[in-house]
Amino acid sequence: MDTLLLSTLNGLSYSLLLLLLVSGLTLIFSLLGVLNFAHGSFYMLGAYLAWQSGQWLGFWGGLLLAPLGVALLAGGFEIAVLRRLRPQGHLPELLATFALGVVLVEAARLLWGSAAVPYAIPAALQGRLFRLGGLDFATYRGFVMAVALAALGLSWLLLRYSRIGLIVQAALTHARMVAALGHDVAAVQTAVFAAGAALSGLAGAVGAPLLVTEPDMAASMGVLLFAVLLIGGLGSLRGAVVGALVVGELQTLAVAVNGSLADVLLHLGWAAPAAWPARDGLLASLLHLDVARAAALLPYVLLLIVLVLRPQGLTRALGSDEAL
Amino acid sequence: MCSSRRRFLSSVAAGLAVCALPARARELPVVKLAFIDPLTGPFAAVGQNQLQSWQFVADRVNRGNTAGVKFEIVPFDNKGAVQDTINAFQAAVDQGIRYVLQGDGSGAALALSKAVSRHNTRHPGKEVVYLNYAAVDPALTGSDCSFWHFALQPSVPMTLQAMTDDIRNRPQIKRVYLIEQDYSFGHQVAKYAREMLALKRPDVQIVGEDFVALGQVKDFSPYIAKVQAARADCIITANWGPDLTLLIKAAQQSGLKADLYTFYASSLGAPSEIGPHDAGRVKLVYYSNPNLPGVLQSLEQGFRDKYKQDFSVPVTYTGLALLTAAMTKARSIEPLKVAQAMEGLTFHTFNGEVTLRAADHQLLQPIYLSSWQPVSKANPYDVENTGYTFALERTYPPDKTTLPAQCTMQRPLTTLVYPVQPPKITASKVSGSD
Repeated sequence: MDTLLLSTLNGLSYSLLLLLLVSGLTLIFSLLGVLNFAHGSFYMLGAYLAWQSGQWLGFWGGLLLAPLGVALLAGGFEIAVLRRLRPQGHLPELLATFALGVVLVEAARLLWGSAAVPYAIPAALQGRLFRLGGLDFATYRGFVMAVALAALGLSWLLLRYSRIGLIVQAALTHARMVAALGHDVAAVQTAVFAAGAALSGLAGAVGAPLLVTEPDMAASMGVLLFAVLLIGGLGSLRGAVVGALVVGELQTLAVAVNGSLADVLLHLGWAAPAAWPARDGLLASLLHLDVARAAALLPYVLLLIVLVLRPQGLTRALGSDEAL
Repeated sequence: MCSSRRRFLSSVAAGLAVCALPARARELPVVKLAFIDPLTGPFAAVGQNQLQSWQFVADRVNRGNTAGVKFEIVPFDNKGAVQDTINAFQAAVDQGIRYVLQGDGSGAALALSKAVSRHNTRHPGKEVVYLNYAAVDPALTGSDCSFWHFALQPSVPMTLQAMTDDIRNRPQIKRVYLIEQDYSFGHQVAKYAREMLALKRPDVQIVGEDFVALGQVKDFSPYIAKVQAARADCIITANWGPDLTLLIKAAQQSGLKADLYTFYASSLGAPSEIGPHDAGRVKLVYYSNPNLPGVLQSLEQGFRDKYKQDFSVPVTYTGLALLTAAMTKARSIEPLKVAQAMEGLTFHTFNGEVTLRAADHQLLQPIYLSSWQPVSKANPYDVENTGYTFALERTYPPDKTTLPAQCTMQRPLTTLVYPVQPPKITASKVSGSD
């Protein structure tokens, strides 16, 4: 029981990290109508910037500087490239973000090499927060959760209650009206792109010490992000929350399951399939596949199921103009 | 300057010896080796380090060797995938390369070994030799063995012989957990670990077994939670690349107190994650130890000076030592003759005198059991500047870990030696066939 609780908590910290990433992606998609394919690369860049500047300024300086650096770069890219492409529709913009993603990864490879860099948990945050079932819950995981919650809460408050948030929300649905009222919509779009990228950079800076800091982290996280986004529902913040929680906990808890589909059927009193020999064909080997072994693939299986049964995602009603 | 003079002198010597050509007209023959391993994707860091190791060792050997050849490493990226491995092999063949080096992933290795054999059957006179420097699935030297394939690292059962031998001597280990990568290699490790432990320590319980999708898992903490819930006191893992680094990281963050028996804890990036917390509890069972005296020390120093990384793939040196020795013996760089010369060859490399077994082309070499300890006088090599090292605990000579060869090898027809005249077809047989 304790083990399950600990796994759930570990899953939660991973989910929150995913949420930090996906919320930035959702924000950008909502306002600009563009799926940002460079998001995984922003995440990677955040980790590298935090590590690099951490060499000079210490861990906290790095943590602060990384999102700023990523935001600056993203803002510059928005002004220099995306804004010019906007009149030609969303496809060129999407391709441009894809190109930026590749360039960033290759640049990181050139600058820092393809081997992982030793971006480690600072001494002050090492050790355990509490002990459960003979295992530690690492302080740093708690820290990641706290940072993610703080960043998300702050963005939510900003969007909901501040004047800037009001303009951003209005620009989502009534861009021309907002422009007519004398607000600079293009600047709002730049700011939102930069802010979304900053959230991603923060996720990289705070999450990488738990994982591995290497150029490939962009690709491996980038693919998962789109699964999270689509499972939850494209363009809704509520969807991002649901998607991140489902995927994070699914990957973590599936590992804890000992058993296969055949065992489930057996439990339900249907013995015939369980008797099939495991090496006898594709269906039988699928039935006997341990759930734990498929843990890393489950988000994508779920994505397929969601796309077939509920293409609008788990939360969003089809066709509704729900703003964030 | 010095090396060019030496090369000049050796070319003079070669020129005089062979056909007394003017020294300057004779260039050393260049042997191109196609390196086919992941240079992008989750295992790019491993592949890049291996490529650098090959290039570094080639530079070293090119300063002068008994075979009088120069080695040139030509990199190909297989992205860690089987199909790309075959494509890369084809590209290498098209460039006229006759030697291939590959190691990461037994799936790719098995496919490559078959492709090389097929190519060699179809193109006599243009044979290719395959030096497998890291894949250790026993099928490569067993059921799927090939005359053109040479295995330079101990196979899975050989490493596990040493590993289970150590567990036999440590009665405090009672509950073992297996965490392996989910492909043929990982499954072989689990199978042999079970078999050998049942034989050597019937009282040991295997309390869990997990196969992780290769390079896909980012958070290993749920696996660690399972290990703890199963009250395991020892993990056996043959994970490599990020799958090992992340496993060690998660174990450390969770404060897991189990011993960790690894195949690859010395591979690039992993030692940096182990740290002081796991001193004495992480074991490495490997064909090398960074503290071995002799040529390895100078290689490690040279590599660190050049690339600011540890020299973690010493098998590269063995590979070129083997080729040089075989080319010297065969007096040729023709792959067929070199392959024949490599069979049963005993040569010297960084871990002593080693022999390439003719029966299955498995290199027989010592296996070292090392333990993660602070740097000391006896074990001075500072691994990845951590202040720690893999302290040598035991050396298993080849005869302690070697298993009988299980290969029925198809040798090329030209290697058949008739002690007497080949049997003549008699008239009666000819008429009988009519």
